[in-house]
Amino acid sequence: MQPAVEIKNLSVKIGEAKILHDFRVSLPVGKIIGLLGPSGAGKTTLMRVIVGRQKISGGNVSVLGQPAGAAILRSQVGYVTQAPSVYKDLSVAENLRYFAAMVGAPKSRVGEIIAQVGLKGHERQLAGSLSGGQLSRVSLAAALLGQPELLVLDEPTVGIDPLMRRDLWQRFRQLAEAGTTLIVSSHVMDEAAHCDELLLVRDGRLLAYDSQAKLLQKTGAKNVEDAFLKLVEGKQ
Amino acid sequence: MSPHKTFATAGRVLRQLRHDPRTLALIIVVPPVLLALLKYVFNGNAATFNRIAPMALGIFPLIVMFIVTSVATLRERTSGTLERLLSLPLGKLDIIFGYALAFALLALIQALVASGVVLGLLGVTVLGGTLEVIVTAVLAGLLGTSMGLFVSAFARTEFQAVQFMPAFVFPQLLVCGFFVPRESMAKVLQWFSDILPMTYITEAMQHITRFAGWGGTFGRNLIVTAGFIIFFLILGAITLRRQE
Repeated sequence: MQPAVEIKNLSVKIGEAKILHDFRVSLPVGKIIGLLGPSGAGKTTLMRVIVGRQKISGGNVSVLGQPAGAAILRSQVGYVTQAPSVYKDLSVAENLRYFAAMVGAPKSRVGEIIAQVGLKGHERQLAGSLSGGQLSRVSLAAALLGQPELLVLDEPTVGIDPLMRRDLWQRFRQLAEAGTTLIVSSHVMDEAAHCDELLLVRDGRLLAYDSQAKLLQKTGAKNVEDAFLKLVEGKQ
Repeated sequence: MSPHKTFATAGRVLRQLRHDPRTLALIIVVPPVLLALLKYVFNGNAATFNRIAPMALGIFPLIVMFIVTSVATLRERTSGTLERLLSLPLGKLDIIFGYALAFALLALIQALVASGVVLGLLGVTVLGGTLEVIVTAVLAGLLGTSMGLFVSAFARTEFQAVQFMPAFVFPQLLVCGFFVPRESMAKVLQWFSDILPMTYITEAMQHITRFAGWGGTFGRNLIVTAGFIIFFLILGAITLRRQE
């Protein structure tokens, strides 16, 4: 089966700074892939490359069999930025109705999605008056409208209460079981437990790509945080 | 491009404005208030006011729409929503024309109110028709919108966007023939004003004051203005980059 994302010798420079170095990895379809690493590791840049918003300076990136950034991918890839990108001066429902029109989703999807992200009862509330966690769920909801094959989520669980976070991971699991590939970034290593595969990144380099179990086994660490440390120390 | 997405975008922009009634009120109320003020500035000199009021009826809406549009689009850029839109299956022109349509409707309302005040309450008389005045005022508002859409691409912050007013609009205001007839300006400034869009709005309004009919100088000025509007809208679309 063709991988969801295939990255070969990718390097990215922004100005003089080299953000990603000789990155190579192949991500399978229908899995939750955790992109873990400290702030500044290059997680967001890697995600922007995959969704086609970031120019690359070397290598090759293909997404769902197309070169990253191809026009057709815009209806197959959903991207949720770390900062919620919705209109704060529109209500929750107005935001989602607009984005539904943009991705060609039927209006009936709006109500379904609002329920799925736990925002029922807030439909008529202005997005700007929501809490940070609620706002990021509106942003997530907007990306779920079009039922994309690949979902790229940049730190989607930041600032969300534990109950809601559990619900979101369950929702991500359902999506993966239905065949959607999810790439979810986090700087909190604990979230690794919810992922099928882990991509550990540091200083723009791929540190490891494995499942949690194999990663722990190979490094002899008791948790992912520990494994991360061992890998970093081992390289030095 | 799809008409459905363009109209949905225009509807979204209007809905945002509806949640901000103060801005809406400023757009509609400021130009007529300034025009009324102008009447009393030229107190006792009705002939002068009658000559300059139609020009001001073109210039004030242009400036108001320029500011509103450049700030609105800058907000779209800084809030990350533009980034989201560019990653969705819609054309850049859907975004640009969506904005243009929404603000065109606003420009129409603004032009109707301002023209009503100038030609009705303030007693200005023109030899051309009321419809000519309104059409010119709407085009002036649209010109302001199209320029605002374009220049907002070069602003990173609200402070910069507001500074484009003196940098981009004031020079046009100075040489467009509003303060001094273009014929009496230095030759170089006359050439300069030939390439600036506000000049054609001012000339069209001057023409309506003294002549009737859609043809000749008046028609030519409207066509040039429409050309500038399309030019700036397309430039605006080019400045939207899917990849950085």
